[in-house]
Amino acid sequence: MAYSDKVLDHYSNPRNVGSMDKASTDVGTGLVGAPECGDVMKLQIKVNPLTNVIEDAKFKTFGCGSAIASSSLATEWVKGKTIDEALQIKNTEIVKELALPPVKIHCSVLAEDAIRAAIGDWKKKQGVGVTAEMAAK
Amino acid sequence: MGTEVNEMEFTTTANGIRLPIYMDNHATTPMDPRVLEEMLPYFVEKFGNSASRNHPFGWVAEAAVETARERIAKLIGATAKEIIFTSGATESNNLAIKGVAEMYREKGNHIITEVTEHKAVLDTCKRLEKYGYRVTYLPVQKDGLIDLEDLKRAMDDKTILVSIMAANNEIGILQPIEEIGKLCHERGVLFHTDAVQAVGKVPIDVNKMNIDLASITAHKIYGPKGVGALYVRRKNPRVQLSPLIDGGGHERGMRSGTLNVPGIVGLGKACAIASEEMAKEACKLAGLRNRLRDRIMGRLDETYINGSMEHRLPGNLNISFAYVEGESLLMGINDIAVSSGSACTSATLEPSYVLKALGTGDDLAHSSIRFGLGRFNTEAEVDYVADRLVDTVTRLRELSPLYEMAKEGIDLKSVKWAAEPAGH
Repeated sequence: MAYSDKVLDHYSNPRNVGSMDKASTDVGTGLVGAPECGDVMKLQIKVNPLTNVIEDAKFKTFGCGSAIASSSLATEWVKGKTIDEALQIKNTEIVKELALPPVKIHCSVLAEDAIRAAIGDWKKKQGVGVTAEMAAK
Repeated sequence: MGTEVNEMEFTTTANGIRLPIYMDNHATTPMDPRVLEEMLPYFVEKFGNSASRNHPFGWVAEAAVETARERIAKLIGATAKEIIFTSGATESNNLAIKGVAEMYREKGNHIITEVTEHKAVLDTCKRLEKYGYRVTYLPVQKDGLIDLEDLKRAMDDKTILVSIMAANNEIGILQPIEEIGKLCHERGVLFHTDAVQAVGKVPIDVNKMNIDLASITAHKIYGPKGVGALYVRRKNPRVQLSPLIDGGGHERGMRSGTLNVPGIVGLGKACAIASEEMAKEACKLAGLRNRLRDRIMGRLDETYINGSMEHRLPGNLNISFAYVEGESLLMGINDIAVSSGSACTSATLEPSYVLKALGTGDDLAHSSIRFGLGRFNTEAEVDYVADRLVDTVTRLRELSPLYEMAKEGIDLKSVKWAAEPAGH
């Protein structure tokens, strides 16, 4: 099986591996995929609530080398972007960057899903946070 | 996936281990140099057609073929006349099953096999279903063995053939061939066994085991690719087959086509070596296999052996490493040639149907690695493989959200996983 150099690089030296406190209000967590399907990605973002900039990102992935590379790349790309900018990332860009073959396109789709899920979780928390604050007043 | 690699590139470690290490001997085996040596004269010098009856070129080729036939027969307790040469195991399985199905059509149309058979048996049976045959696919138990009671229940007065493999190619499980053979003969049903992984590795005796048809291939026993044999019983009962290939009436009319003389010589030599060395080699392989198992499982938690350890080929080990996906594991040990039951390593994107048949969850099927130890593996290689595996699994578990969740005490089965992404 021929992997691209970029997939091999991310697999051997994955960027931003780790976990953040998923209970923290400025952390958004996305958990996508299923063990039965052979891919699960957990992607977390830490967002500055004043600027909406993603200041940190972490991931952990169960999956093939292409899935690990896709999620590793996703954390690199979202860091420093605003929430709205991060939502513009498309799976096709991941496919292109990592030169994924057609059978591995679903890995890139999963990475895009993970970004969206993490942002969705963070947004939900902000909504809940605001409501709680308002209720307190 | 496409690959442009044309040359093998080997490197040697500081302690003299050549990389990559080959530990995928269920897929194929390297040729034994003794086999190659015996084959070489039959390409250029002794090139004759064994069917040429009127000159020495033909006689020499024929003599070589008959020697090979005897050597193969000896290994399985058969007589030389009961050996039919084919192009390999897939053809042997096709010939046995389709040949019986057509020849005994008036007697019945029911065939019994099992779910963990090789595709060469399963797909042959599926084709016969299209032509009006009935096929029962017996399930296997958690240890990989069929239940003999299931087999008894499945047999009826239309049953003409039972086809159960002697040793499984993924999990190395040895089926109770002798008991199956006995049951078949009591009922007057023919018994075919795909013995490709078993012959030359564990004792096979066609009379003691009541085998009527047995598929054999050379390249799993350190012989050349593209040559195999089918054992066809000649008495008690005399088995008849309709041929798949019509032509010059070679091989008692069961398989026409000029014989692959060098290949047949190689198969014969491979069987002769196995007859001599099988018992000793089995002990060595079981020792290496157990060492590999202990050095991996002693150092990693949550690893599971797939199938029975007791009824298993000496050189086989199949382990699932929970929370780690098989293809990424193979990528991490890319200086070792093994295979995985992961969907990502198969053309169909489905995890191993053999492991699923054992009741192994899809998650653990994705996490499985098959080790196939062979004649040329060494203890140093086993230790190297175990170390590399332990390191890689440990690293990938650090990367695995599932391992983290399990360590937090979350029951992964209770998690409601997000829907499948598009395109999967």
